[in-house]
Amino acid sequence: MFLTYLRRELTRRSKQTLFIAFGLAVAIGLVMVVNGAAGGIKTAQDKVLSNLYGIGTDVSITKADTSFAGGPRQFDVGGKTGGTGTQAFSRSFLTVQPGTGTLTTSYVHNVSKVAGVSQVVSTLKLESLNFSGQLPTFNNHPGAQQPGQGGSQPAPTFGGGRGRGGFDGNGGSRFNINRMSIEGISTDAGANKIGPLSTVVITSGRALKPADAGTEVAVLDSTYASGAALKLGSTLTISATKFTVVGIAKSTSTAATTASNAYIPLDVAQSLSGKTGAVTNVYVSAKSADIIPSLKTAIKKLDSVATVNTSSDLASTVTGSLSTASSVVNNVGTWLSMAVLAGAFLIAILFTMSGVTRRTREFGTLKALGWKSSRVVRQVIGESLVTSILGGIFGIVLGYGGIALVNALSPSLSGSLQAATGFGGGRGGFGGGFGGGFGGPPGMRQSTASVVNVALNASVSPNVLVLAFAFALLGGLLAGVFGGFRAAKLSPAQALRSVA
Amino acid sequence: MSEIKLAYQLVGVSKVFHQKKKEIKALDLVNVEIAANDFVSIQGPTGGGKSTLLQMLGLLDSPTNGAIELDGEFLSELNEAKLGDLRAKKIGFVFQNYNLIPTLSAIENVETALVPLGIEKQERHDLALKALEKVSLADRANHLPSELSGGQQQRVAIARALVKSPKIILADEPTGNLDESTRDEIVSVLEKLWKEEGITLIVVTHDSAVAKRAKKHLYIKDGKVSLKA
Repeated sequence: MFLTYLRRELTRRSKQTLFIAFGLAVAIGLVMVVNGAAGGIKTAQDKVLSNLYGIGTDVSITKADTSFAGGPRQFDVGGKTGGTGTQAFSRSFLTVQPGTGTLTTSYVHNVSKVAGVSQVVSTLKLESLNFSGQLPTFNNHPGAQQPGQGGSQPAPTFGGGRGRGGFDGNGGSRFNINRMSIEGISTDAGANKIGPLSTVVITSGRALKPADAGTEVAVLDSTYASGAALKLGSTLTISATKFTVVGIAKSTSTAATTASNAYIPLDVAQSLSGKTGAVTNVYVSAKSADIIPSLKTAIKKLDSVATVNTSSDLASTVTGSLSTASSVVNNVGTWLSMAVLAGAFLIAILFTMSGVTRRTREFGTLKALGWKSSRVVRQVIGESLVTSILGGIFGIVLGYGGIALVNALSPSLSGSLQAATGFGGGRGGFGGGFGGGFGGPPGMRQSTASVVNVALNASVSPNVLVLAFAFALLGGLLAGVFGGFRAAKLSPAQALRSVA
Repeated sequence: MSEIKLAYQLVGVSKVFHQKKKEIKALDLVNVEIAANDFVSIQGPTGGGKSTLLQMLGLLDSPTNGAIELDGEFLSELNEAKLGDLRAKKIGFVFQNYNLIPTLSAIENVETALVPLGIEKQERHDLALKALEKVSLADRANHLPSELSGGQQQRVAIARALVKSPKIILADEPTGNLDESTRDEIVSVLEKLWKEEGITLIVVTHDSAVAKRAKKHLYIKDGKVSLKA
């Protein structure tokens, strides 16, 4: 009788059943879409982070250069005096990226000893600047002998440098500045499991191997190699040292490029840059996800100045439309779905209670016939639960529809990490005259802004499905309990009297 | 000389309702004995206490004072669950508005009276069909109440009351919503069941034509019951 009665009630009061089910369905669908979108955004954030910091990295360590010691970098152009026309020049710098501080290998060793650390990989990020071109010949003015200070005549300056010098205006000038990012990486086996190499794939040639330690070999980013017309076996010159290209790599993510233009053995990078025993980035993987916060605290104690970030810290630094979408989904979306869910619950409860009121005579009659209150309550809850199951099913269909719509629109989100790394450079100058020089790169707040575009791909996890269905059942249960409680309170005499 | 078996014995039964600080005495020291297998009519003016008395007899309400004995059992000693069991087993109800479940068919409505008795589905169905046959409505077993006339609906209600073979049937204005010919038809059905099934039939009615068919007549006014000749 329970099932017959239930079926008859739901089918013959189909408008009410469908109304309640639809209310729940909209709420459940919205919860699914919001969750799906949030999941898609999380995946997008992970893609951005993995592209920039590597898959499997739980904690990354850097250190800002707080010494402000960059100062102007100077080099002699060389040249001749008193002549006319132009003179060619070429100079290179290989330095740690401005504003980036270094950590020592002993610090890396200490990090590897922290409880809960699974693996540590360290790299040395360098920047190669190559100035080359032609400058006019300079007149030999008094006071122009000191490189970088220039002569007594006012001269155009580059970046507000202190170099002052003069040129006679004869001849033309033209120069190129080539900038290249280089990353010294460990050649140890397994070093590519975390860190920058975890998101690259070798498209030709090979990766660096232990035997490459101390040798001048390089793996190039495919985009860079293509732009620089370099291929497998080509020779790449870094700071006057010739490297043989042994591999070409490309990003496994949707990003166009890998983290650096070239990857060379760590010890070679340290030696070439004069930074023996120094690294700029340390990537740590934890033994389990739940210990990451405590791992961060323990690592932070090793060096209070070092910047220790977990992947969730980094996620909060993602900017761009991805950040906006994340904010919208996590704030507006969550609250909206909670509000709609609460509204749907309220509608279900009110309709069920009003249904019980409308059926006062019915329940009073059944009680007069000897039906126990528990049987009547069970009937009301049963009807409400079946309605909620219908709502859950409709909701899941709606949710899938909403997610399909999001994926069909597939909005492209851009994300970048604004990781300020300190101050560098200082004032640079473009001196003039004989022996004049270039100052270092213009002082600026150096920041890493690698933009990665990812398409939002919302998806439904089994957990979300279970959650959605649980919400539907909860709504039905709440409505059933409230309605059933009202039905249980009905005394048969009062019920029959009230409708007599 | 054999002693008459009593279906009901009411001793000093009173029922007081409180409405807006005002006391309303629906029943005032009622002393009544109703014999088993009797056909009793209860008449009286509106608001006189007829329905309240019927609810006391149907164990739907309890008296403020006094004692009610049903089939030798004092009701004041029973809890709600036990009263529900007694209602399910011994008492059949027929209401003025039929009180059928609108979403259930005629036969399913009759079956609802058997649900508390824990009878299996097939047996329940067979008993319900037999009850409908007794009121000549077996051919409408699968019709919804809305597809039946008033008289047919009341016959379904009667079948629901008698399907469990109760000792007592309480009918509250069973012909109140029916026309004259249907009224006679329903009263004939009740009278026939009373005779054939050996039940105690208690009918509350305004209608003298219905009351006339009863063997014993009670009159209730201002909560006081008197025997009517």
